[in-house]
Amino acid sequence: MVAVCRVEELPPGESTRVWADVAVAVFNADGEFYAVDDTCTHQDASLSEGFLEGCFVECPLHAAFFDLRTGMPTCLPAKRPVRTHPVTIEDGVIHVHVTANTSQQSENAQEQEAVA
Amino acid sequence: MRSIAVIGASLAGYSAAQQLRAQGFGGRLVLVGDEVHPPYDRPPLSKDFLLGKVDADALALGEKSDLDDLEAQWLVGDPAVRLSRTDGAVELLSGERVGVDGVVIATGATPRRLPGTEGIAGIHTLRTLDDAARLREQLTSASRVVVIGAGFIGAEVASSCSYLGADVTVVEAAELPLVHALGRSMAAACAELHGDHGVRTRFGVGVAGILSAAGQVTGVRLASGEELPADVVVVGIGVRPNTGWLADSGLTIEDGVRCDAGGITDLPNIAAVGDVAQVHRPHLGYATRTEHWAAATAQPRAAVRNLLAGTTVEHHDDTPYFWSDQYGSRIQFAGSVTPGAQARVVEGDVEDRSFLTHYEHEGRLVAVLAFNQPKAFGRARRQIAKPGLVAA
Ligand SMILES: Cc1cc2nc3c(=O)[nH]c(=O)nc-3n(C[C@H](O)[C@H](O)[C@H](O)COP(=O)(O)OP(=O)(O)OC[C@H]3O[C@@H](n4cnc5c(N)ncnc54)[C@H](O)[C@@H]3O)c2cc1C
Ligand code: FES
Repeated sequence: MVAVCRVEELPPGESTRVWADVAVAVFNADGEFYAVDDTCTHQDASLSEGFLEGCFVECPLHAAFFDLRTGMPTCLPAKRPVRTHPVTIEDGVIHVHVTANTSQQSENAQEQEAVA
Repeated sequence: MRSIAVIGASLAGYSAAQQLRAQGFGGRLVLVGDEVHPPYDRPPLSKDFLLGKVDADALALGEKSDLDDLEAQWLVGDPAVRLSRTDGAVELLSGERVGVDGVVIATGATPRRLPGTEGIAGIHTLRTLDDAARLREQLTSASRVVVIGAGFIGAEVASSCSYLGADVTVVEAAELPLVHALGRSMAAACAELHGDHGVRTRFGVGVAGILSAAGQVTGVRLASGEELPADVVVVGIGVRPNTGWLADSGLTIEDGVRCDAGGITDLPNIAAVGDVAQVHRPHLGYATRTEHWAAATAQPRAAVRNLLAGTTVEHHDDTPYFWSDQYGSRIQFAGSVTPGAQARVVEGDVEDRSFLTHYEHEGRLVAVLAFNQPKAFGRARRQIAKPGLVAA
């Protein structure tokens, strides 16, 4: 678990990058917080520099869109999902929970567990 | 509409096929392609593929399952040679006739060649995977490379060749390359990248001839009389749209296939998308081709909708956007530099090769250019005065 910043330091529509074994992009999409691997699965763009539209982020280089809820790309040129990471708020501080596991499936399963 | 053929199975054609299925077309779908490779991405051909950083497999636009999902009939390695005016059937080189109710033209473009260079080994153009593989094979760190034409592709090839250790010279007939696309000050910023990285330039001078011995290129003679020795020559002097097969189709062909603002040709059952399409741009007041990756993926959405509707119900609403990677710099551009537009650096510094430039015309933002400023660019791109979604 990595502390990102205080909630008020990441207003809606903003993003930031933290280092947690890998670079992770954290977003405030209209009040919902999401975290995904920062590096685009197409080439080496930083998704925290991308543009937020609802709960989608547009890669700053070649404009692939990723659904922050699932990590799935919605259009070319990206073909593979980015890993998503659970986010929690504790005492007004945003935390990301990055797992070492790189499998998207177990990632999603864990997320569901966290929700349950 | 029960059957549709997409002619040209690359970025625009593949995107059109995806849109057809996504928009509910359940009929017979035929994809006709000249190239035998499954659809692949071209931008890396002058960049990471030429550098040997990625292989051909990484360029595929879709996994096999994505292609299967289209439930299409693929006729590849067999180009369309004719679109019959009388019955609308598409004739292929093999003699096969594809009878369909609707057609999406997505045949792209082919590089212009230098006249009189046929049959000389070592002279390249770069459009296809095969072109790139041939060029890559010839490049060694000892190569002397002359790139003719300093547009984006020429500049990228020069950058990649110099990165591989070759000795590179870029020749360009214009005094300043890209001046029409980017305006004087920003074109100069692009041109300076060559010199920054030890690549020689000869601007404002034409090519008088190619020197060769025993069928192999040995150099390039310039109009100034200068002779540049070369083992490899790459010609990047623009492209022409692939419309030859439409000669007797009855469609209006100018610089590309003439379309309305929604990608529909003279006939409501024929659309054109991507590099081959000369699309009417209402806010500019003329029709133009857009040779950008983003246009080839964006245009199919409206064009397919209009094709299926049988009439133009939607216009393209994308702001032209392209990127180019050269000498480690990420260049991004969006909009159109209208005559009289003023360029103003609003963030960063040209000297540092990290900046954002606004182009303003009569107080409106008409285009933006960025070097190594992807975040600022993404925001600025959205502020460009948009032609807007216009219902026809
Ligand atoms: C080396 C290179 C680098 C590039 N880099 C960038 C970049 O960095 N950024 C950017 O924005 N854009 C870039 N582009 C431009 C971008 O790749 C094109 O805009 C895009 O490929 C256009 O797609 P298209 O499908 O319209 O045409 P094409 O990709 O040209 O595809 C047309 C297809 O139709 C086939 N065809 C032609 N005639 C026939 C026929 N008669 N019958 C059947 N099939 C036919 C062709 O074989 C081809 O497969 C680059 C292009 C190249 C070549
Ligand atoms: S690097 Fe993200 S879309 Fe290309």
